Amino acid sequence: LRAINVDLQTDAALQVDISDALSERDKVKFTVHTKSSLPNFKQNEFSVVRQHEEFIWLHDSFVENEDYAGYIIPPAPPRPDFDASREKLQKLGEGEGSMTKEEFTKMKQELEAYVDLIATFFFFKSLFLCRVAAHPILRKDLNFHVFLEYNQDLSVRGKNKKEKLEDFFKNMVKSADGVIVSGVKDVDDFFEHERTFLVEYHNRVKDASAKSDKMTRSHKNVADDYNRIGSSLYALGTQDSTDICKFFLKVSELFDKTRKIEARVSADEDLKLSDLLKYYLRESQAAKDLLYRRSRSLVDYENANKALDKARAKNKDVLQAETTQQICCQKFEKISESAKQELIDFKTRRVAAFRKNLVELAELELKHAK
Amino acid sequence: QSSPSSPEPASLPAEDLSTNSNGPKPAEIMLDDDREDLFAEATEEVSLDSPERDPILSPEPTPAITPVTPTTLVAPRVESKSITAPVIFDRSREEIEEEANGDLFDIEINVSDPEKVGDGMNAYMAYRVTTKTSLSMFHKNEFSVKRRFSDFLGLHSKLATKYMHIGYIVPPAPEKSIVGMTKVKVGKEDSSSTEFVEKRRAALERYLQRTVKHPTLLQDPDLRQFLESSELPRAVNTQALSGAGILRMVNKAADAVNKMTIKMNESDAWFEEKQQQFENLDQQLRKLHASVEALVCHRKELSANTAAFAKSAAMLGNSEDHTALSRALSQLAEVEEKIDQLHQEQAFADFYVFSELLGDYIRLIAAVKGVFDHRMKCWQKWQDAQVTLQKKREAEAKLQLANKPDKLQQAKDEIKEWETKVQQGEKDFEQISKTIRKEVGRFEALKDFKTVIIKYLESLVQTQQQLIKYWEAFLPEAKAIA
Repeated sequence: LRAINVDLQTDAALQVDISDALSERDKVKFTVHTKSSLPNFKQNEFSVVRQHEEFIWLHDSFVENEDYAGYIIPPAPPRPDFDASREKLQKLGEGEGSMTKEEFTKMKQELEAYVDLIATFFFFKSLFLCRVAAHPILRKDLNFHVFLEYNQDLSVRGKNKKEKLEDFFKNMVKSADGVIVSGVKDVDDFFEHERTFLVEYHNRVKDASAKSDKMTRSHKNVADDYNRIGSSLYALGTQDSTDICKFFLKVSELFDKTRKIEARVSADEDLKLSDLLKYYLRESQAAKDLLYRRSRSLVDYENANKALDKARAKNKDVLQAETTQQICCQKFEKISESAKQELIDFKTRRVAAFRKNLVELAELELKHAK
Repeated sequence: QSSPSSPEPASLPAEDLSTNSNGPKPAEIMLDDDREDLFAEATEEVSLDSPERDPILSPEPTPAITPVTPTTLVAPRVESKSITAPVIFDRSREEIEEEANGDLFDIEINVSDPEKVGDGMNAYMAYRVTTKTSLSMFHKNEFSVKRRFSDFLGLHSKLATKYMHIGYIVPPAPEKSIVGMTKVKVGKEDSSSTEFVEKRRAALERYLQRTVKHPTLLQDPDLRQFLESSELPRAVNTQALSGAGILRMVNKAADAVNKMTIKMNESDAWFEEKQQQFENLDQQLRKLHASVEALVCHRKELSANTAAFAKSAAMLGNSEDHTALSRALSQLAEVEEKIDQLHQEQAFADFYVFSELLGDYIRLIAAVKGVFDHRMKCWQKWQDAQVTLQKKREAEAKLQLANKPDKLQQAKDEIKEWETKVQQGEKDFEQISKTIRKEVGRFEALKDFKTVIIKYLESLVQTQQQLIKYWEAFLPEAKAIA
């Protein structure tokens, strides 16, 4: 497996990476490896095995934590869908007796694709953990430490139907609310600008991500075609041993080599471009969520102000209204403060990630073209 | 190849020969058959020696054929004359063929200038057919005519009717395309209809070039008329949905059924082997053709998707508020756009160079299979004649016993008639077998593929070189993001 190089500000205090992936019957297990000099942990270096559901559990716990309302919650890694790929491999493996050259090449291709798929999910999961580990506040989270250290199964079950339905309604309410809340103009220029920017950016990243995926798939199709052509030429070449047949065999070899390279071009584009865009689609969504939470708290604050005025006017429940207003004010200010920093960091990270990936993409494309 | 024995003295009057050599003659076909019988002995030694001699994909130069590449015409070369029969007649058929061989196709055909004639559903494309030649059978050295697609089909139909049943592999004409033509007729001036017309023009050119390379077909007066005459009677029976067209389809179906029921006793291993080889070749070429067409399709998709991504990346670059990153993203968009263009050009190369030639060969092999089928039918006719003869003999024997003198005479006459038919049947069968052997020897499958494939690989290399340039230009931009 290629080394996944996730470039984030990690320091010696806490370094997290995914060192391994094990593919079992119907799930993939990832080995999370931690190196830390923090006193919170029993050892300096240790590993645990985690499944996808456990990553999601961790992510959700961040989202539901009120204290973290002012931060961009690192986006949850997407669910690995190996089923289609695994099925294909099984079918190919079930072939009785010997395989044709074409079938064999196809099997190799599918294996490579499977490995690439795992690499992609590696990437997202690593990125998730590294983001958490790099965040000054989130890295201290207790659930995070449990996730890293507890070497038993966390017994996290996936959400059942009722919970999923609740989530669905929550999201609906949130988006409806988001519409109302976004109508409120922000007094702060910085946030107003950020909001406009993020909405547009998010939409465009979504579009670019989809188009990039399509482009990558087309590349893969072309590589597949080269495989078939190579096999056909090989069949023609083995008819007899005349010069033209030898020529065909040579060309067939050439197509095989070309296919390998085209397949790599497709895979690298996928990794450097498509995955990058996919990730920033999620991050920009997380950033939008942050802004929503801030706007929400602003609305709450303004409502609390109005309520306080009313209470003072009627001289009823003033103390309660004052307390509420205080809380809202604090919440709003806390969120605003951290949000500003978070959004600045988001930009820095984004620029660095794009730079790194675009440079690597160009270098790989050059290598393959040569 | 050994020298031939001297031919038999002619049984044909001299004047028939001289007139035949200069212009079209109505009783052409019969004369041809006689001539072939005449030269059967002379050419015997020259034909293929042993059955196991040549694999189908032999690159050895045989007397007549030269490859037909879609874009270039091979320069004529002088071959050593393999037939050295002494001259007996003024302009013997053999000699004319000799002259053709000797000049080796000093004839160059170009199809150009597609022009739409008429409007609406009655419109058609007219193509200019230009011939340059030094062969004396033509009236001029350089001339051109305007022909439409159905004219080409008409020519092929005539040639096929005359020559295929006696074993000559007549190159097939390009395929009809109702969809393609309708678009052109209706006046859709888009890239797909231009592509279609160009594809057709090139196919028509290749078709004519292959046809004139066939020494026997080159003699044909219909071909000459096609190339030379300013006016050509309209070939109405080639319309796809005409009565004749439907009749053809029915005949084809009937033939297919017949083929299944003819169980030929193949005494000649050579034929069995060749048929199998052609069958294999056919299957493989079809597979290859399908793969190449899939490649063309996917390449076009890739081009479209790259263009869409380029636009999207440009938009993203616009909304990015970090200046350097924004610029880099716009650059990325530009690179992808250029790459899209490259993909489009590559797609064109994929299809034109490779795929079209494959299609030609698949149709050519179908013609070869047709010729083998004709031989089977010929055999069947011979066998049927033998069966009938046997029956007549049995009938005569019965009449002998019954002692009926008038009917007996009639029976004897019939026996004589069928004896002749059996002899003819055997002769025809041997003749067609001989012709096919010669024809297959000329069929150098796949040799012109080499040129075509090399050209295609070169185009792939060029594409990659361009890609290198584009990405090299982009890299510093990406690195400049601060």
